[in-house]
Amino acid sequence: MTARAAAKQKQIGKFPSDDKRWLIVAAVMRKYGSAQSALIETLHAVQSSFGYLDDSSLAFVARSLRLPLSKVYGVATFYSHFRLKPQGKHTCVVCMGTACYIKGSAKLLQKVDRKYGLKVGDTSADNKLSLLEARCLGACGIAPAGIFDGTVLGNLSDDLVESKIDSWIAEPESVSQAN
Amino acid sequence: MINQTDQQISSSDELAALAAEHQAKQAQYENSIFVCMGTACQSVQSGSVLQALQAEVKSRALEDKCRVSPGGCQGNCASAPLVSLPQRDLLYQLAQPSDVSAIVDSLQGEPVTSLLCDNKSDFFVRQNRVVTNHRGLLNPESIDDYIAAGGFVALLKALFEYSPEAVVEQVQKSGLRGRGGAGYPTGLKWSTVAKARADQKYVVCNADEGDPGAFMNRSVLEDYPFRVLEGMAIAAYAVGATKGYVYVRAEYPLAVERVKKAIRSAEKHGLLGNKIASSSFDFHVEIRLGAGAFVCGEETALISSIEGGKGLPCPRPPYPAESGLWGKPTLINNVETFANIVPIVTNGADWYAAIGTPKSKGTKTFALSGRIKNTGLVEVPLGTTLREMIFDIGGGVPDGHKFKAVQTGGPAGGCIPEEHLDATIDYESLLALGSFMGSGGMIVMDDSSCMVDVAKFFMQFCAAESCGKCIPCRVGTAHMHDMLDRITQGEGTMDELGQLESLCDVVQFTSLCGLGQGAPNPVLSTLRFFKNEYLAHIVGHTCPAGVCAPVGQDIRRPKCAL
Repeated sequence: MTARAAAKQKQIGKFPSDDKRWLIVAAVMRKYGSAQSALIETLHAVQSSFGYLDDSSLAFVARSLRLPLSKVYGVATFYSHFRLKPQGKHTCVVCMGTACYIKGSAKLLQKVDRKYGLKVGDTSADNKLSLLEARCLGACGIAPAGIFDGTVLGNLSDDLVESKIDSWIAEPESVSQAN
Repeated sequence: MINQTDQQISSSDELAALAAEHQAKQAQYENSIFVCMGTACQSVQSGSVLQALQAEVKSRALEDKCRVSPGGCQGNCASAPLVSLPQRDLLYQLAQPSDVSAIVDSLQGEPVTSLLCDNKSDFFVRQNRVVTNHRGLLNPESIDDYIAAGGFVALLKALFEYSPEAVVEQVQKSGLRGRGGAGYPTGLKWSTVAKARADQKYVVCNADEGDPGAFMNRSVLEDYPFRVLEGMAIAAYAVGATKGYVYVRAEYPLAVERVKKAIRSAEKHGLLGNKIASSSFDFHVEIRLGAGAFVCGEETALISSIEGGKGLPCPRPPYPAESGLWGKPTLINNVETFANIVPIVTNGADWYAAIGTPKSKGTKTFALSGRIKNTGLVEVPLGTTLREMIFDIGGGVPDGHKFKAVQTGGPAGGCIPEEHLDATIDYESLLALGSFMGSGGMIVMDDSSCMVDVAKFFMQFCAAESCGKCIPCRVGTAHMHDMLDRITQGEGTMDELGQLESLCDVVQFTSLCGLGQGAPNPVLSTLRFFKNEYLAHIVGHTCPAGVCAPVGQDIRRPKCAL
């Protein structure tokens, strides 16, 4: 390791845990020279590695980028993409853009609430499922649309959403614990 | 599959030679099959159709005769997944992996009638494609395809034949106006940045397409990442910038991936980065991800987001053209504006200026969606009427419902009723109707939509997305939402309706940025054209569309919940 690289490593500071995923986060910070303007990119890296941003990761990012924790927390809470709570094993995102709304996505969410008792932003008690809404997925041609575990599906019907959710709920407990 | 080569290009002749080489490679194939790999088609498993087609062609040992390639968006997302056979002039819709054998058969024999999509219908022939001119018939991820189709000719022409001033002049003469919605003359913006004196200037591509119901920028970025980058490079040369950013929503993973790949392969070919095409011009592009804040589409908020902060807008002036990113002169244009630069430089400003209306030149892409038969992406010359757009190209309202309104311009736009459908689509006439061009979302509503509810929907959006910096927007939108909510529950009064109108006025004229200034538009335009619906809720306690309560029922909540 060159002296410069060592100095940069020192700058990034001690990882909050031994988790290997911190190396990915550190690599992103290094890519931008640990510049303070890399805050949003860094938070993206943390969220995509760990699924959400917890207190220790926010403190770590603040330390590494030499930013006040208040600023990091402010940015993390300003943008709706960043999540401060862990998500369930599966996520169902229903688009609430105009085209989807006109085609009944709000009614879809009502039905999910009625059947499963889940409101937008909720995670089920067994941590199997999180229900989220999106502003617009830009998939208006196939409205109403949603994202089920990262896959965009269009022309959603009540049956389609329910069958997806039912199949997740029916998964054996051991599988969800393994993850 | 064509192998990607990493040849460095250092002159127009070399580029032409490479283009000829790739064209010759493509000409070896007698046939080609393009499967749309846009977001809409991928969501209905076009990926497995592509794989099945590749396997089928391989099993029949036709690999040398028929190219099977991922392609771009054909436009009519309602019929996804779409498969195109350009040599046979065929377009198949709703294709499934089980259909591949019949599709490959049709390379020689009769078309598969059950899958046939009429590519001579009004939806296709009434469009004029300038930005989306390749119609999905090139592999969006392949720089070879792009070069074979004439890519980067415009950049090298600008670099070697024009002075920076001449490029700015071309753009000014073309009459191109900002495609992000406000319609500021692009050439004027460029010349302001070009004239600014600074040691560092920036070019930023605004791909934070936040309008709900709009996906043109996603589609253009997904299908033409090289063209957008080429437009940015030409802009950088014209204004004297050496560094560029593409600010793209994190909600568009496919677009992010493709732009990333495009930057890498353009750099490998010496068409981005240091000493582009062995000239003295450097231009580096980086991607910055948005994080789900609608306000970041506003240019000053976008700048503060690139700098790593909260996306809060700042008062203008100073405009970003004078003091933008890190206080340096910054040129910010929308994705589609940059995508228009390449055809302007290639074909000349006069050619471009001949399309459109006297004040609104060129073409514009629109995302047609909502209660309309042909949902998808269309591109028409400005000056097309709304009626042509909705009834000829869009195919009208399906299922026997009656057209009620078309909403343009996203949350800052308005709803235009049937009696104004003969208005032309251009910046001025939409403004006169209390709406807004916006980035190009066009959402059709039929008699099953309640206009008060629609206004409430947009207000809820604006209230949630307000960044909170200025009071009129932060407090005003929340209050307007409450008032609209009361009206939809039958609790509104005529007095309140008056208050709502005057609050609209206050928010419109005193908010800091476009979000707040535009937020009252949906209310004002629905009040202007659909006041009877408001009155039905307030006086008659009914919802004519049956949204707030079933038709004929009282919309007021029962006093006792049990």
